[in-house]
Amino acid sequence: MRAAGDWVGRHLILMIGMLVLLYMLTPVFVVVLMSFNQPAGRNTYTFDGFTLDNWTNLCEPYQLCSSVRLSLEIGLLATLLATLLGTLMAFAMVRHRFRGRAAANVFIFLPMATPEIVMGSSLLALFVNAGLAGKLGFWTIFVAHVMFCLSFVVVTVKARLAGMDPRLEQAAADLYANEWQTFWRVSFPLVFPGILAAALLSFSLSFDDFIITNLNAGQQVTFPMFVWGANTKGIPMQINVIGTLMFAIALIVVVVGEFGSRRRDRTRV
Amino acid sequence: MESADLVLSGLTKRYGDFVAVDELDLVVPPGSFFALLGPSGCGKTTTLRMIAGLEVPTAGSITLAGEDIARLKPYRRPVNTVFQSYALFPHLTIRDNIAFGPRRKGMSKREAAAEVDRMLDLVELGEYSGRKPAQLSGGQQQRVALARALINSPQVLLLDEPLGALDLKLRRQMQLELKRIQVDVGLTFIHVTHDQEEAMTMADTVAVMNQGRIEQMGAPEELYDLPRTTFVANFLGRSNLVSGKVTRSSGGEVAVEVDGATVVAPAERAVSSEGDVWVGVRPEKVQLRAPDEAGAAANHLRGGVVSDVSFVGVSTEYLVRMPWGQELTVFEQNHTSSRRLRTGDEVDLSWAPEHTFLLDAAQDATAGTQIEDE
Repeated sequence: MRAAGDWVGRHLILMIGMLVLLYMLTPVFVVVLMSFNQPAGRNTYTFDGFTLDNWTNLCEPYQLCSSVRLSLEIGLLATLLATLLGTLMAFAMVRHRFRGRAAANVFIFLPMATPEIVMGSSLLALFVNAGLAGKLGFWTIFVAHVMFCLSFVVVTVKARLAGMDPRLEQAAADLYANEWQTFWRVSFPLVFPGILAAALLSFSLSFDDFIITNLNAGQQVTFPMFVWGANTKGIPMQINVIGTLMFAIALIVVVVGEFGSRRRDRTRV
Repeated sequence: MESADLVLSGLTKRYGDFVAVDELDLVVPPGSFFALLGPSGCGKTTTLRMIAGLEVPTAGSITLAGEDIARLKPYRRPVNTVFQSYALFPHLTIRDNIAFGPRRKGMSKREAAAEVDRMLDLVELGEYSGRKPAQLSGGQQQRVALARALINSPQVLLLDEPLGALDLKLRRQMQLELKRIQVDVGLTFIHVTHDQEEAMTMADTVAVMNQGRIEQMGAPEELYDLPRTTFVANFLGRSNLVSGKVTRSSGGEVAVEVDGATVVAPAERAVSSEGDVWVGVRPEKVQLRAPDEAGAAANHLRGGVVSDVSFVGVSTEYLVRMPWGQELTVFEQNHTSSRRLRTGDEVDLSWAPEHTFLLDAAQDATAGTQIEDE
């Protein structure tokens, strides 16, 4: 009796941890499972039988693969530009004193604090007033995505940069590194984890966005818009394959990143 | 290697209305170990950062080997710095940290590696070359920072409170080691510190800074023996400063009346030789005597009462209350077992004229006393 009580006492935290993990990962398991589902009817959410058809006939549902491609293209491009601009902004705001710096710090938070539906509709109004009513599509989505990713990049990179001793850059300058060398040899490697995190965050925000995109996409259909549309007439099981793939890619990126940084730590002799 | 004086002239740094460094003039001869000593906020670190190129002077010039370097970028100056917190690159190994300077100057990897090995030997850290800075102790990091600067053979090496983060024992050990390395490599070291003991142990020349200006400069013994301002008298060691009035100044001697008695000082030890003065003497130069005991020195003050005794091993520190209410300090070596004075004992104070110095009475007698360590 007592021994059993001890055992529970010792493993209680572990068990609670496992339960929380289970709670977080259950939806992912369901997605992976459903990607192998052979549905009995058009509008089903039950597991009716095992098949690989969803994986082999990935592009069968109309517009599914084109919407994924569009989301990937926009996600990658928006991430690239937002990360570049946001990193430069973060450096300016942490390392330099200029007029309007305090105001810039406040404004950078506004896009994050504004409800998406408000931002989406105001952007639409802006685009229409700019005479782009008939030209909504790839580039308006791209502009919108860069806009809302930017704040997240600035905040993430700024946090990393603020924790970095400015004397490291001064020491580099003292040791004959010019501004360019100082950036690439000292500042960039030390801030890189922050930049990487910002880029991953940007991409997932962009890939995932529905509200702002839906209002500014014109005739284009991104992956979240496709899923939304498909939901009304029965979700194709291939969507779960895309979900599984995205999850697997994210997992690989994180694992490789972790492994890579450990390897760097060990071998730089 | 080219060697020449480092000359600061009219060097000034202002931040808005605040003057951090005020028209500083200074000549540091090559190969010397020079200390800038002062309390925090006195402008010593700002001076150092201007020499390094990390601050731009508001006015004045910095000349090294005849060339004005005051407005050059830090990476164009033949000057290197050991930073207060070491500022080692956390993502690089010890070897790569030390090789950073030579590599930026265009030295090949192979050449740099040989130089790094030489430096690692000098600071005795060979076996740690593959580690990251975070895996080293404070003292080891300090030596890496030193090696990283020294490997460039700068014309001037700047040290910004380099021992500030170490504990007392390690600090004493590193002071000796730094001194040894400086003698070995023969470079000019400029060492900024607020620790007067550290400055006196290590430097050939000490400049005492206060409020953006140099109060006094000279060899440590000189400064200690003959302070020229009340600030130096109090900041560098301790001093008794007693108010007096000059009664006679002739024959190379200045006589001063202090509470009815007359004390004498050599004329060359008097900053001021008329009117009101501060009469100064170091606590260990004063002898305590029983009232009217024979054999007193020329300078003699009567009527003291011991008000506090503290035994500190090698010596005993006495506080003596004088008839005019002031408490003076006396250090007595514990080499005689003969006598130990107690609180309330009546004593006379006696010291030799050649240990007396006279300072300007317009200066604050407590300047430099109430300064706490950073």
